[in-house]
Amino acid sequence: MIPAEFRYLCPSTVDEAVRMLVEEGEDAKVIAGGQSLVPVLRMRLAAPTALIDIGGLTELTGVRDDGDSLLIGAMTTHYEVQRDHLIHDHALLLKLVTDTVADPQVRHRGTFGGSLCHADPAGDLLAPALALDAVMIIAGPGGRREVPASEFFVGYFETALAPDEILIDVRVPKYTGWGAHYEKLNRVAQAWSIVAVAAAVQISGGTIAAARVGLTNVGSGPVRAVDVESALVGQPVSAISDAALLASSGDGYKDNLARVLTDRALTAAVAG
Amino acid sequence: MTATAEPEVGKARLRKEDARLITGQTKWTDNLQLTGMLHMAVLRSPVAHARIRSIDCSRATAMPGVAIVLTGEDLAAEQGSLPCAWPITEDMLAPAAPALAVDQVNFAGEAVALVIADNAYRAADALAAIDVDYDELPVVLDLEEALQDNDLVHPDLGTNKSATWIFDSAEAGSGTNVEDEIASAEVVLERTFRQQRLIPSFMEPRSVVVDPSADMFTIWSATQIPHILRWMLAAVSGIAEHRIRVIAPDVGGGFGGKLQVTPEELLCLLVARRMGRPVKWTESRTESMLSGHHGRDQIQKITLSARRDGMVTGLKVELLADMGAYLRLVTPGIPILGAFMFNAIYKFAAYRFVCTNVFTNKVPTDAYRGAGRPEATFAIERMMDELAVELGRDPMELRQQNWIKHDEFPFSTVAGLTYDSGNYEAATDRAMELFDYSALREEQARRRSSRDPVQVGIGISTYTEMCGLAPSRVLGALRYAAGGWESASIRMLPTGKVEVITGTSPHGQGHETVWSQIVADRLGVPFEDVEVLHGDTASSHRGMDSYGSRSLAVGGTALVHAADKVLAKARRLAAHMMECDEADVEFATGSFSVRGTSTVRSLGDVVLAAHVAHDLPEGMEPGLDADATFDPDNFSFPHGTHLCATEVDTQTGMVRIRSYVAVDDVGTVVNPLIVDGQVHGGLAQGIAQALYEEAIHDETGTLTTATFADYLVPSAADLPAFMTARTATPATSNPLGVKGVGEAGTIASTPAVVNSVLDAVRHLGVRDIEMPLSPERVWTALRGGAAEASTPAAGGLGSIDSQGGQS
Ligand SMILES: Cc1cc2nc3c(=O)[nH]c(=O)nc-3n(C[C@H](O)[C@H](O)[C@H](O)COP(=O)(O)OP(=O)(O)OC[C@H]3O[C@@H](n4cnc5c(N)ncnc54)[C@H](O)[C@@H]3O)c2cc1C
Repeated sequence: MIPAEFRYLCPSTVDEAVRMLVEEGEDAKVIAGGQSLVPVLRMRLAAPTALIDIGGLTELTGVRDDGDSLLIGAMTTHYEVQRDHLIHDHALLLKLVTDTVADPQVRHRGTFGGSLCHADPAGDLLAPALALDAVMIIAGPGGRREVPASEFFVGYFETALAPDEILIDVRVPKYTGWGAHYEKLNRVAQAWSIVAVAAAVQISGGTIAAARVGLTNVGSGPVRAVDVESALVGQPVSAISDAALLASSGDGYKDNLARVLTDRALTAAVAG
Repeated sequence: MTATAEPEVGKARLRKEDARLITGQTKWTDNLQLTGMLHMAVLRSPVAHARIRSIDCSRATAMPGVAIVLTGEDLAAEQGSLPCAWPITEDMLAPAAPALAVDQVNFAGEAVALVIADNAYRAADALAAIDVDYDELPVVLDLEEALQDNDLVHPDLGTNKSATWIFDSAEAGSGTNVEDEIASAEVVLERTFRQQRLIPSFMEPRSVVVDPSADMFTIWSATQIPHILRWMLAAVSGIAEHRIRVIAPDVGGGFGGKLQVTPEELLCLLVARRMGRPVKWTESRTESMLSGHHGRDQIQKITLSARRDGMVTGLKVELLADMGAYLRLVTPGIPILGAFMFNAIYKFAAYRFVCTNVFTNKVPTDAYRGAGRPEATFAIERMMDELAVELGRDPMELRQQNWIKHDEFPFSTVAGLTYDSGNYEAATDRAMELFDYSALREEQARRRSSRDPVQVGIGISTYTEMCGLAPSRVLGALRYAAGGWESASIRMLPTGKVEVITGTSPHGQGHETVWSQIVADRLGVPFEDVEVLHGDTASSHRGMDSYGSRSLAVGGTALVHAADKVLAKARRLAAHMMECDEADVEFATGSFSVRGTSTVRSLGDVVLAAHVAHDLPEGMEPGLDADATFDPDNFSFPHGTHLCATEVDTQTGMVRIRSYVAVDDVGTVVNPLIVDGQVHGGLAQGIAQALYEEAIHDETGTLTTATFADYLVPSAADLPAFMTARTATPATSNPLGVKGVGEAGTIASTPAVVNSVLDAVRHLGVRDIEMPLSPERVWTALRGGAAEASTPAAGGLGSIDSQGGQS
């Protein structure tokens, strides 16, 4: 399939990229790894007049240690996330989730920031970003601003980004020593999650000190299972199965999956 | 006959064509670039059923690079009707099938206008500038509702029913009357199964290039059937056949999906004629799914009668088969190919088959790997399990009681076929041994009693199929418009190298390798010295192409006959050269010798002597080339036993295949590596029908599974490590003893998987689950819900139009 015609622009700094977005107007789009945007263009579900390629902005790649948190550049590829030792040590959940994303080809091009900006409710990285209290650092014509994940994901394929803004970094607090697991149910390896559950658990003295649980593809955006999280604080590991029932109260298939997969994700996270 | 030192037949040769295919160092149709070539883009109907009020092309015509925009009206006088070569009954109703819709569209995806432009991008851009005004009609989608004739797909036909085709063993004299058997039976089971609609997902999308220069129409097409295509395009377009040359260059898969005379092939030809310039069309994947023919789509009502002791007596099959909106090349005959296979390997006294072909506002159906036979095998193998459950019998033991024993061959079946050979006991014994049947049964019992959330099931499929399509007289009796023979030619080049020309048209199967192995053995020449030419009507003018697991059984036999003709003539010449009596000439490992002497002439010497023709026996023509055409007397009947163990996660409904054993008897094996490859791919597609794939239309007739994010084709990551083995009971219907292996895996595996899942959850109250057995369907069935509970699968690109995530 062939996309409609567009202009291709290649900025060399973030500020230049923002300027281009402002100049090109609402019909311009940022292209990162292109793994979600290119299919949309080829199917002519969207026809932006200009693409601003942020792939050359090296300032947006890589993971940095920032004291209590990590700063993950928006253009860091899935492949890099999988192999980064800071992520492995302080945000293991992100690595485990990313391991399940697509296939090696896609993981070499697709980016962490692109996944979050695309905000596909079946996308795997939204729920862990929400559960881990990630903060989006955004550049726009008015300068930089920070938006917590809980306010960033607005709805179905919708974020708090304005058309002339670019996600540059994602700040993720350190979860050093937490157990983590991503329990994903999909029909074939390259298919999207029907439902998936991202869980991170901190164990202290045999009981659960804190838990983070995010649900993928149960609504128009990621959902944080706050009831499950709070029910677990101070509880023994044996409390997981009962707490997992709080992941959803409905009667449908996805509600069932939310409960079953929450149980499994937490149990596996604890088992390390 | 003769052989090189180590026989080639039986050797696991790496495929000689693979290097160029895998690296793309070859000419796929879309790689062709011709000077002055135009590009065609097709505007497709977004609605499933509508009158076309008007089409306004003025904006599109004015766009940059656009040479012309054409509608059905522009081509009405020349496009004729696309051919259907299989009018299954005398009174079959067939609508006119214009390649480009003229005043009505009958499925979403049907071609309504063409843009011809100087490049593919501009052609695609201009599509959006064509304005079509549709007057929508009621949409007919459901088979059973369609039969009510409340709304009609083709009002001029007066009904949605195309034809009813009947086989009855009492009328045919091949068995008793099924109604009598049912009336007097101790056990009668009635079940209804749905064969969902599938999409043949070949890797290379369809592509056509037509070059009208030099007073010829040279057509390159990614097709399985260059010969049939040439014949049919001549018939439809009125262009003289000798002015048409069709080339199927390397073709990337077909699975029956390229056994077609497509609208786009005809349209490219007509456009090239009109413009006097070469034209190319290459489809996108979504276009392929929206307009290339689909497969399966039947409702099967099966009644089986038996005695309490387990002996089956009667089988009644009542089918509704979805034709889609038009009858394509062999659309109506596909379910009929299954008619002879429902009785399978079992000894039924009576059999009746009634198939009603029905029109709906969907993409036409036609051949898809197995074509009629997977549907039949599924139904009978599901029924044998149902009978085992009903009688409280072990399903394998019940099959054994009913199948044809190895000493009963040749066996005349209740469906009127003669199975020449087979040994179901041997294949089953081998499969049971590899599978460890009893250990799995024990594990199953353990998991049941402990109420393990993961239950285990065992599924059996003891299948047979008819291959080697086909004896021409049988095709004639079935009202098929063509024959089923195949041809081969051998050209002995002066340097001793060999060119083989085959009428089969490989599109991934590895004929070049296998044909070379056969010739190497037959003529005693090195494997590397054989080149196989195919798929070009200029070099191979006679052929019936590749489908129906026919190429080796029919085309390979023609090749053997051609080689024998070469040798017979060479022997005469060798006798002349060695000045001896022909009866004293011996041939071994590529050399002729005089019995009891040291006089020797290599085949190469004889070939050269024949070529220079300086000294030939009286009346002998120069050269050793030979042609042969083979028309088989009978089909061939591969068979086998497939065993599948699944784990069913009762909390999520997810099915995982634990182990899969396939023991196939495909007769003599020329190349075990290729046979394994065919079995693996076949299994993948059969398992895909059981668990993953389904073409889904919404209530307006829009195909909602039109990308690979929605239409779930499994990959290696989703499939178990297959355990394959073989028994070999040679076919008696051809000199090679081969039976065909292209479809075996697909035909056998679907019921093995479904039987296995049902076996895992039957004790929990589940009787049936509709295919594909998605986790949601399995979970819903476990909750006691309707088998067909599922919400339609999610829309475009996994999750772009919907909540996403196919459940
Ligand atoms: C075959 C296939 C399978 C896949 N499977 C999965 C899967 O299993 N799970 C999963 O989660 N994902 C999956 N994906 C999606 C993949 O993860 C994508 O990489 C990701 O969704 C988008 O990242 P990208 O860098 O490619 O973004 P792009 O496609 O370049 O952009 C996506 C959108 O985000 C915007 N955007 C991107 N970066 C920025 C930025 N820094 N600032 C502002 N806007 C921005 C773009 O304008 C665009 O609208 C799959 C993709 C493919 C092709």
